Amino acid sequence: MTKKLSKTISSRTDNLLEVREFVMRAARDFGFSDEESSKIVLAVDEACTNVIKHAYQNAPDKKIQIDITSEHDTFQVSIIDDGKSFNPNTTKLPDLKQHLTHFRRGGLGVYLMRTLMDKVEYSYSPGKRNVVRLIKYLTPDKAAARS
Amino acid sequence: MSEFKIHHRSGEGVSVIDLKGYLDAHTAPELENALQKLIEEKKFNIVVNCKDLSYISSAGLGVFMAYIEDVRKNRGDIKLTNMSPKVYNVFDLLGFPILYEIYKDEQDAIKKFQDARSVQS
Repeated sequence: MTKKLSKTISSRTDNLLEVREFVMRAARDFGFSDEESSKIVLAVDEACTNVIKHAYQNAPDKKIQIDITSEHDTFQVSIIDDGKSFNPNTTKLPDLKQHLTHFRRGGLGVYLMRTLMDKVEYSYSPGKRNVVRLIKYLTPDKAAARS
Repeated sequence: MSEFKIHHRSGEGVSVIDLKGYLDAHTAPELENALQKLIEEKKFNIVVNCKDLSYISSAGLGVFMAYIEDVRKNRGDIKLTNMSPKVYNVFDLLGFPILYEIYKDEQDAIKKFQDARSVQS
């Protein structure tokens, strides 16, 4: 059975705490361990921070919608905005060591999202609707325990 | 309740910053201000104690990256200590242990600064 949860926040960084609590609860309820849930939480934080900083360029009064869909072994968090498009899949992943040696701050969030999740998908229509989908799968034993 | 707190202590030639709570894009500017202030005061031997830090995102990690170069140019360093495994894991994912000195205990980091000073003098 598919379960859906949704939350909409204003594009302000002081709302990140609320988003993290929302995602943590849902990930734990779905069957992820605390460690795995924390990884999902961090990936969603990074995605929302990117939307606030890049898609909305720190405008505080825009909307970010966070949809969670869970089914069988798949936990998917969609982060939806209508700001400037930004495609993390075409962003070149930094050579981490070189990146850090030059003390560059950008791009780390995208790197973390891809490292922490099993799959990161992106779709966009500029100025209308950008969606980042963060997907993580339960291990087979945990998925079996759910059904 | 505040989600993030910084406490600053000064010892013999070393400044210690205690972090508590959640370090994310919202609270990172507070750490930025604290480090900026130390640099303005020419205090370049900095220990950041993460004992009570429950969470860090890349916005928080970015602050350390923004200041490390300045601090090292002035023959100082930012050394990180007392991280929980959860927080260490994020530093580790981003390769920080290659470039930053991370200690289990604050005293080890302070001693490292003091040893370096006695070699120089």
